Order: sequence, then C-alpha cells, then structure tokens
Amino acid sequence: MSPENYLHLAALLFTIGACGVLLRRNAIVVFMSIELMLNAANLALVTFSRMHGNLDGQIMAFFVMVVAAAEVVVGLAIIVMVYRSRHSASVDDASLMKL
Amino acid sequence: MESLIGLLVAAPLLGAALLLVGGRRLDRFGHWLATGLAALSFALAVVLFVDMLGRDGGDRALSQHLYSWVPVSGFQADIAFQLDQLSMTFVLLITSVGTLIHLYSVGYMEHDVRRRRFFAYLNLFLAAMLILVLADNYLLLYVGWEGVGLASFLLIGFWQHKPSAATAAKKAFVVNRVGDVGLAIAIFLMFSTFGTFAFSPVLSTAEQASEGTLTAIGLMLLLAACGKSAQVPLQSWLGDAMEGPTPVSALIHAATMVTAGVYLVVRSGAIFDGAPAAQTVVVVVGAVTLLFGAIVGCAKDDIKKALAGSTMSQIGYMMLAAGLGPIGYVFAIMHLVTHGFFKAGLFLGAGSVMHGMNDEVDMRRYGGLRKYMPVTFVTMGLGYLAIIGFPYLSGFFSKDEIIYAAFGKGGAEGWILGGVTLLGAALTAYYMTRIMLMTFFGEKRWVKDAEGNDPHPHESPLSMTVPMIVLAVGSVGAGFVFNLNHSFVDWLSPVVATADGNSPVSHGMVSVLATVLMLVGVGAAWFQYGRRPIPEVAPTGVWITRAARRDLLQDDFNHAAFVTPGSYLTRGLVYVDHKLVDGVVNGTAAGFGGLSGRLRKVQNGFARSYAASMFGGAAILIAVTLLMRAV
Amino acid sequence: MSFPLLTATVLAPAIGAVATAAVPSARRNLAKWVALTASLVTAVLAILVLIRFEPGGDRYQLTESHAWIPAFGVRYELGVDGIAVALVALTAVLIPFLIGAGWNDADPKEGETPAGKRWRPTQGFFALILMVEAMVVMSFVATDIFLFYIFFEAMLIPMYFLIGGFGDRAGEHSENGQAKQRTYAAVKFLLYNLAGGLIMLAAVIGLYVATADLPGGSTFSLQAIAEARASGELTFAQNTERFLFLGFFIAFAIKAPLWPVHTWLPNAMGESTAPVAVLITAVVDKVGTFAMLRFCLGLFPEASAWATPVVIVLALISIIYGALLALGQRDMKRLIAYASISHFGFIILGIFAMTSQGQTGATLYMVNHGIATAALMLVAGFLITRRGSRLIADYGGVQKTAPILAGTFLIGGLATLSLPGTGPFVSEFLVLVGTFTRYPVAGIVACAGIVLAALYVLILYQRTMTGPVRPELSRMPDLRPRELAVVAPLIAMLIFLGVFPRPLTDIVDPAVQHTLSDVGESDPEPELEARR
Repeated sequence: MSPENYLHLAALLFTIGACGVLLRRNAIVVFMSIELMLNAANLALVTFSRMHGNLDGQIMAFFVMVVAAAEVVVGLAIIVMVYRSRHSASVDDASLMKL
Repeated sequence: MESLIGLLVAAPLLGAALLLVGGRRLDRFGHWLATGLAALSFALAVVLFVDMLGRDGGDRALSQHLYSWVPVSGFQADIAFQLDQLSMTFVLLITSVGTLIHLYSVGYMEHDVRRRRFFAYLNLFLAAMLILVLADNYLLLYVGWEGVGLASFLLIGFWQHKPSAATAAKKAFVVNRVGDVGLAIAIFLMFSTFGTFAFSPVLSTAEQASEGTLTAIGLMLLLAACGKSAQVPLQSWLGDAMEGPTPVSALIHAATMVTAGVYLVVRSGAIFDGAPAAQTVVVVVGAVTLLFGAIVGCAKDDIKKALAGSTMSQIGYMMLAAGLGPIGYVFAIMHLVTHGFFKAGLFLGAGSVMHGMNDEVDMRRYGGLRKYMPVTFVTMGLGYLAIIGFPYLSGFFSKDEIIYAAFGKGGAEGWILGGVTLLGAALTAYYMTRIMLMTFFGEKRWVKDAEGNDPHPHESPLSMTVPMIVLAVGSVGAGFVFNLNHSFVDWLSPVVATADGNSPVSHGMVSVLATVLMLVGVGAAWFQYGRRPIPEVAPTGVWITRAARRDLLQDDFNHAAFVTPGSYLTRGLVYVDHKLVDGVVNGTAAGFGGLSGRLRKVQNGFARSYAASMFGGAAILIAVTLLMRAV
Repeated sequence: MSFPLLTATVLAPAIGAVATAAVPSARRNLAKWVALTASLVTAVLAILVLIRFEPGGDRYQLTESHAWIPAFGVRYELGVDGIAVALVALTAVLIPFLIGAGWNDADPKEGETPAGKRWRPTQGFFALILMVEAMVVMSFVATDIFLFYIFFEAMLIPMYFLIGGFGDRAGEHSENGQAKQRTYAAVKFLLYNLAGGLIMLAAVIGLYVATADLPGGSTFSLQAIAEARASGELTFAQNTERFLFLGFFIAFAIKAPLWPVHTWLPNAMGESTAPVAVLITAVVDKVGTFAMLRFCLGLFPEASAWATPVVIVLALISIIYGALLALGQRDMKRLIAYASISHFGFIILGIFAMTSQGQTGATLYMVNHGIATAALMLVAGFLITRRGSRLIADYGGVQKTAPILAGTFLIGGLATLSLPGTGPFVSEFLVLVGTFTRYPVAGIVACAGIVLAALYVLILYQRTMTGPVRPELSRMPDLRPRELAVVAPLIAMLIFLGVFPRPLTDIVDPAVQHTLSDVGESDPEPELEARR
C-alpha cells in the first residue's frame, strides 16, 4: 500500500477537526476536534518519517503528544472553571476578551 | 570741513535720542534743547555754505566717509556723506525751515503733556531728512527715506488717542512703503547692473547701460518718488496726514519730506536722461497730479486739507519740471525751495488761525479774522501772493520758469504741458483766493466748540509769529534773489544738468499769460466767495465738486481695488489654512483614528472567529507559497 | 590639549538644568537664580567662543574629536564655523532674557497651592529651558551628523513639556478648554517634528550605507565626507543624492517651518507662554535653517541645485502666505507666529539664492529675527499677563496708560517690519539683493512681503496701542524694572546691529564663501564695470 494514502487520511482527519473547531460551540467538542487535528498532524509526521527513512518525524510526533497532553490538562481545567462559573460550556458565551 | 557734515546729522539725532531716553526729567527744557540742536545744525549748514561759496563751482562738493556699513563679498554699503550744491540747497532749506518750525512748535505745543516726545520726533525727522539728502549712495538714501517715513508716521499719529490720527499715520506709512519697494527694486537693479549703488559710479556709468535697464530703474525710482511726494497714484495719504499737528504739516507735509521725491528724480537725472520713456511717465504723473491736487484743493472746506491739495499740486509742478530733463531740473529745485518757504508759511498761518479758533479747521466757520489776527493775516497774505505767482514775488519766478520749460519741451507735448501748467496757475489762484476769502474776509461764522466755549480769536505768541514773519520774508524775496543774475542756475549747474528748451512762446509772453490767468482765477474766486456771503453748510455742488470733496474718489478706488479684495483674501486664506492645510494633517490623523476604530471591531472575543481568521490566514499563506513555487 | 570650550558651552546649561531641577520645592526663587546664573555662564562662554574665533582662519575652529561608537563610525566631533558662532552667540545671549521675562510665568496662581505645599513646576520650567538651550547649542556645534541628529531629535522632549505644561492662561477658552488647546498644540508640535525626524533618520542611515565604501569605513563626520567628496573618493549616484537631500531637507523644512508644513507653529506659539514662544521661533527653529545651510548644501550640492527652483517657490509662498495670514489673525501671539513664518521664508530664500549676499543675509536674518521677535513677543507677553487676554480686540489705547510698554512694542514691531536702522533691515535687504541678482522675479515678488509686514505690524499697533483707552485698561501699570531690563538690551542690540553690523558680517561672510564653494556657485557678475 502506498504511504500516500496515510497522507490523504491525515488531510481528511485535519479537515474534520478544523470544521469541528469552527462549527461546534461546545468547548469539549472543540477540544476534541483540536486533538483530532493534532493527531492528523502526528499521522502525517509519522508517514513522512517512513517515506524519508529517518526518525525525525517520529520524534516530532512524540513531542506533539506530550504537548497535547499538557494542553489537555490546562485546557480542561479552564473549561471546568468556566462551566462552574457560567453554567455553560459554549465557547460563544465566553467572549469576554474584547474591548 | 568734511567732518562737520557728520555733526550736521548727529546734532538732531542726539537730540532725538536724549529726549526719548531721558524721560520726564527733560520735560521742562527738552523743547529748547531740541530747538537749540536744530539751530546748531542750521549754523553748521551756514558755515559749510560759506565755505562752499569760497571755492570754485567745480570743486565745491565735499564728502565724508564715516565707516563701511555692510561689507559682504561683492557688496559694499558705506555710511558716507556727500555735500554738493544740490545737497547744500536742501540742507539749508531743511535746517532753516526746520529750526523755525521748532521755534513755532514751542508755542504751538505749549499745552500738550507729551511735548517732549513731539520735539524728539521732530529732531528725528530732521536727522533722517538730512541723511536722505546727504547720502552718497542709494542705500543710505533709503535709510533716510524710510527714516522720514517713520518720523512722519509718529508725528501724524502724534495725537494717538484720536482713531482718525492713528489710521492716517498707518495709511501714510503703508502707502509710503509701496513707494519704498520701488526704491528698493531700483537699488537691486543698480546693483545687478553696475555692481554698486553709490551715486558717482552709477550716475557716471549710466549712459553705458541699456535703455531698457535705465527705463526700469527710472520707473522704480518714480514709484518711490510718487509714494513720498504724494503723486498719483500714491497720493491718497497726504490729505489724511493733516491729522497731525500743524507744525508737522508745515515742515514734513509741505516744505521738506514730500519734496524728497523731486530730489530723488533730479539726483538720478543721469538715469532719466537715458530713459525717455521713464521721463515721459514722470511728466505725465506730474501733470496729472498738478491738476488732481488743484481740483481737490478747490473743493475742500478743511483749511489744512485744502492746503494739502495745493501741496500735491505744487509738487506736481516740480515733478513735471524734473521730468522735462535738463531743461527743467534746476527750476524744479528752485520751485521746491520757494514753495518750501511760502507753503510752510501758509501752513503756519493756518496753524495760527486754528490756535486762535479752538482748533477749528472748517473754513466755513471762520470769516472776518483779519482784524483779530493782523500778523497772521499779513504773513499768510504774503505767502498767498507768492504762491499764486503775483509778479516779482517768489512763485512768480519759479512757476513761470516751469511753465516756460514745459513749453520748451517742444512739439505737441510742449503745447499740452504748457497748457496744463497754465491751467494749474489759474486753479492755484482760485483755490488760494478762496482760502483767504473764507478765512479772513466776510462775516464771522464762528460757532461754539464741543465744550461750548465761544472762540476768542487772538494773535499767537511771539514764538509763533516770528517764524511766520521770517518765512513770509523768504516767500517774498527768495525768487527775486534766486533770479538775480541767474544766481540759482549758476549755483546748481555744476551738479545738475542744464539745457535751454526751444519754446515756441517767448519768456515774456509766458509771464503775461500766467499773470492774466492768475487774475482770472482770483476773479472767479472773488465772484463766488468774496461778493456774497458764504453758506455755513456747503451747497451740494456739481458732480466734480462732490467728487473733489471725496478726493476725486481716491479712497473709494483704493478700497474697491485693494482693501476689500485684500481683506477677503486674508479671510479666505485664514479659512484655507485652518481647513485645508491644517485640515489635511488633521484629516490624516482622523483617518488613522477611524481606521483603528474599524480594526478594533475584529477583536470580537469569539474564539471561533479567531480560529477562522487563523485558518484563513494559514490557507492564504499556503496558497501564496504554492503559487510562488508554481511561478 | 586645549580647553574644550565648545563642550563647556554645552555642558554649562546642561549642568544648570540638573541643578535647577534639584532645588527643593519650597525654594523656587532659588531655582530661578540658579537658572539665570547658569544661562549667564553659558552666555559668557559663548562670547568667549565668539572672541576666540578667527574670521580669517580655518573653516571649522575650536574643534574637538573623540571616538564615540567606533562600530558605526560615529564620533563626538565638535567645531564651529562663522555661521554657527553667530547662532551659538544668539542662543546663549537670548536665554538669560527669556529667563528674566518668564520669571513669574511658572509660579503658582493665586490660591492654586497652599503655602508650604510642594510646587515643582517652577523648577521644571527653568530646567527645561536650560535643557533646550544645551541641546540647541549642541546641534549648532556638532559636526558629526549622527551626533547632530540625536540632539536635533532630543530637543523635542523638553519642548513638548514646555508647550504642553505651561500656558499663558489667556486663551479664548475656559480653563479646561485651554488645557485641551495646549495639549493639542504640544502633540501637534511633537508629531510634526517627529515625522520630520523619522524621515531624516532614514536619510542618516542612507548616508551610512552610501559612505560604506570609503577606505576608513562608514563615517558621519562632516569634514571627512567633504574631504572624500573633494578628492573624488566618494561620489553619490544622482538619485541617491536627491533622496538623501530630500530626507534631510524635509526634516529641516518642518522645523524651520516652511509652507505647507508650518501649521504647528501658530498653535505652539499661541498656546505657550511668551518666553517659550520666543524659544521656539527664535532659537529652536533656527536649527532648521542653520542645518539647511550646513548639511543640505554642504553634503548634497548637486541635489541642492536640483531642488532650488521648488524651494524658492515654497519660500516665496511662505513669505506672502505668512504675511497675509498674520493680517487675518485675531490673536496677537498667533499673528507674531505667522509673521515668523513669513520671515523664515526670507531666510530660506536667502539660503537658496546661492549668493554671498543672500546667504550672509540669511544668517544675519536668523540672528536679527531672533532678537526682533524676542523684543516684540516678550512685550506682547507682558501685555497679555496684565490683561489676561491674547485677543487684539481686547486692547486699545495702551499707549496712554503705559507709554513705555507701547514704545518698546512699537520698536519691536518696527524691527519686525525691517525698518532701516534696526538689524533686520540689513539682513532683509541683503537677502533681497542676493536673490534679485540671480532670480529677479523672485526678488520682486518677495518685496510684497515688505509692504505686508508694514500692514500687519502697524495694524496690530494701531488696534492695541492707539485710540481711546478701554476702561479695563485704565489702571494698567507700565513696564516694571525687571521687564524693562529684559527689553531694553534687546532693543539696544537691534539698533546696534542695524547701525554697525560689521562684527557679524566679518564672521559670517568667510563661512558663507566656504558654503558657496561647496555648492560650486559664485556670485553673478554685474553687467557693467562701474567707474569708481
């Protein structure tokens, strides 16, 4: 099987994730979509690693996973705090950072 | 001897400085100090004159180089004086009449609290006028030229609390400034043509310059002369200048300063001789002003303004003579000197009348004054006879020579100019007779003044009458002395070009014609003002009288042509500066402000729109990168 | 090594500024005396410079040169030519009078501060004036372009605070409105000059790049560049030179100010106190015209010749436009500001006429205009303080109640309209003659400025000083001794420079010859050789 198909899959997953971020209001779903995009990027990295025959891409993918995990920890905590104070997980309700 | 020239100028200058800086402690004797310094100047002038007479005609000129004023590469301006016969004539006139008028003012200004300043300004005027006539280059002449303008400004506006006086002073200065620009441009032209503006190199090289250049210089000098000498079209300030105290009108606006234009033209004779076109313009200006002034003088009821019209007219004679070239120069100066005497005398007489009549100037409120002011009447009467050209008095000699020279121009021009000057003689006789009749003859038409005081006409004190008597003697005798053995012509001929005209009319014929026309003018005035009582309110009169009362619409013209458009222009420009020039800048600032206001709206706080713009931006970047690679 | 006189002349006011600012708040009178002493010391030093300067000697004298930022070829280089000497002397001599005139301008108003409370603006006012003086003097003596640039720009900071912080409390508006107007004026001043400064910064960097090929590496030294150009080591491409010229010229034209970038001046002069207004127009703006002579002409002669027609036209517009607008003003300080714009037109006209008379005249004009405007503006300031209004219509008949004030005002005005016998006449005449010999039409057009000057000065005098006394003014006191002590020497200087300008022309003329040879111009010959 040609490794290019993995790239197609990665592009598809990234697009789905991007649409999720742009279209959904629920913060949790937006968060999951971001994870999807990150993982699509990981998939692409690993595929390139395979195609070029070196490990750079795989190492990069590990970094991404670590950063994604850290992000989830902070992000979920914020979402929980926002939900507690406003009783809503909608990202549109939290539009406080404007002039 | 040369070193005395500087002293001549320094004495009144010192007086002005002392009186202005000295303050109140000089109030008690300041006027005598000023008069003494003026007299000292006169004494020095006499010493120099006697010394000058002791030498031959050819080497009478003295010069004194004081110091190099503005030395810049290629440009040399010196403070240097030159005293030749022409300057000497003026110096004697200025210092003698000046001293007399200082003396007169001691009496005239006795009750004015600011008398010290008045004398300071008078001294300043004397100094500036002496610089004007003694300068050996045009730039120093310019200094004197503007200096007398300043003194004239200060003295016309001496009674500053009167808005009319302040306005008249400003008007005089500004109109004169227009003329001064002419002098400045003439100096620029001389500098770029000859590389210098000292009299002797410029005038001796003038014949080599092209006629176009000389015409340009000549016309610019004429503009200057028009401003200073109140010639058409810059005549409008002189009538208003009568707001000043009467001694000022006598000294500055009759005898000396206003004749400076004639001096300038005569002094620059070598330039005008090479520029016939400019000479023609000078003659035309002189002829037009001659009639203009005379017509205005015929209609005015204000005694000083009538005399001012007369001054304009007489200077028109001089200017006309100066424009005739070598056949007229000497007679222009001769008339200038005799006019200096009789016009100063007439003004002092008018001042004496006003002094006795609570400062009333309207001749319709005089009448019958000859019994109350005998000295004034006699001295003014002699001045009157002199100015109208009564045979064997001063005006007879000097004016007839000008009329004769005008005919001497030859051809049609000669006839026209001769005719104009003769007509002027008749008008002179008319308006002067009118003044005399309205003031000294007829019934009393006196009225109470503003405070309700009846006028008590009385003869003026000695300090006022003595100068009047001296000037009256000068008015009577000067012409005769000047004409004795052609003494005046011989005196000036080494420095001023002379020539004989070819008049179609004989000299005797001119005298007869002028005398007849003079009698016609006197008769007409007597017919109108002597034979029947004078109405207290001026009759409406025909259109020319009405126009002449308004100075032949000079101010209406200036307002319509300059003042009104000028004020619209300034107001428009203030608007433009605020709205357009500043507006562009403020507009730019407002534009940036507005733009940032718009851009601020993009920060709407919605996380998803931020994400969308991120995606959009990334997509554009990728697209651009791909496109670049494709190209 | 000889005593660094120029550095001392710069340091004296700088140290004075620090000392003045350090005076404790309770003793503000001491601050005034400290400031006055510092300015007098500076004046003495400047006069020493004037004495030590030999007119016939080298072009730049009293030079000092030290490496400063070697990596960029920036040096601490000072030196004066005749033009700079004249302007340093003007600056240093004027400042003590400004301090004397503004003696009470920064005092607390009646009831503004309870006794014993902290009041620091007085210290600030005088310290800022001294700071401006130090920077202006530095701009005059710096012969390193980068050094000049720094001080040219840094001057804006103290000026901004002087304009925005200290008003004459006599505007048309309410207290609050006046503060707003002042802020507007200060910001406008800052923005205009910053914009010019930025363009100049680009040109300075451009110059750095353009001189990179020199054997010694890039340099900002005026003398090094001039030598390199003379020896042919350094040549600019035509376009490079023109762009660099424009960069410098625009900055100086804004500072000068030249039409159409003049509108900041009336605001700044109108809103600030009279001494600060004089500081702006008589001292700070002179840096602009001075720098045109020294940098634009000295560094970019060909571009200068290329730009001359446009600059001449702009100068003529400034002359007439400024004068006409002065006629239309209701506020006497703005009137004087517009008159200054007209006069700066004359100065720039003289500089770009490229003749000895024109440029000597322009330099003299800078000095004379400084003194004349100071005399007129300071007396106007005294008048405004008495009546609390800047509007001409609020005055009338002052000469009756305060004759000495009116007299000095008239003399200042007459000097402003260039009456012979006062300094400005000599300079104006030289400028016009110099312009006429090369551009006759421009010379004649500029003459219109002479007539208009008479109009606006005399109308101002007539409306304020003559006529019946207005009742509000009937008890107006005449000039006080302090005020007379400020104005009388200025008037004496004006008359001295009008009667005997040689001390100045002797110094300036040789410097102008150097500048003209930089540009490669010589005076037009007269058509005829006049017989002497």
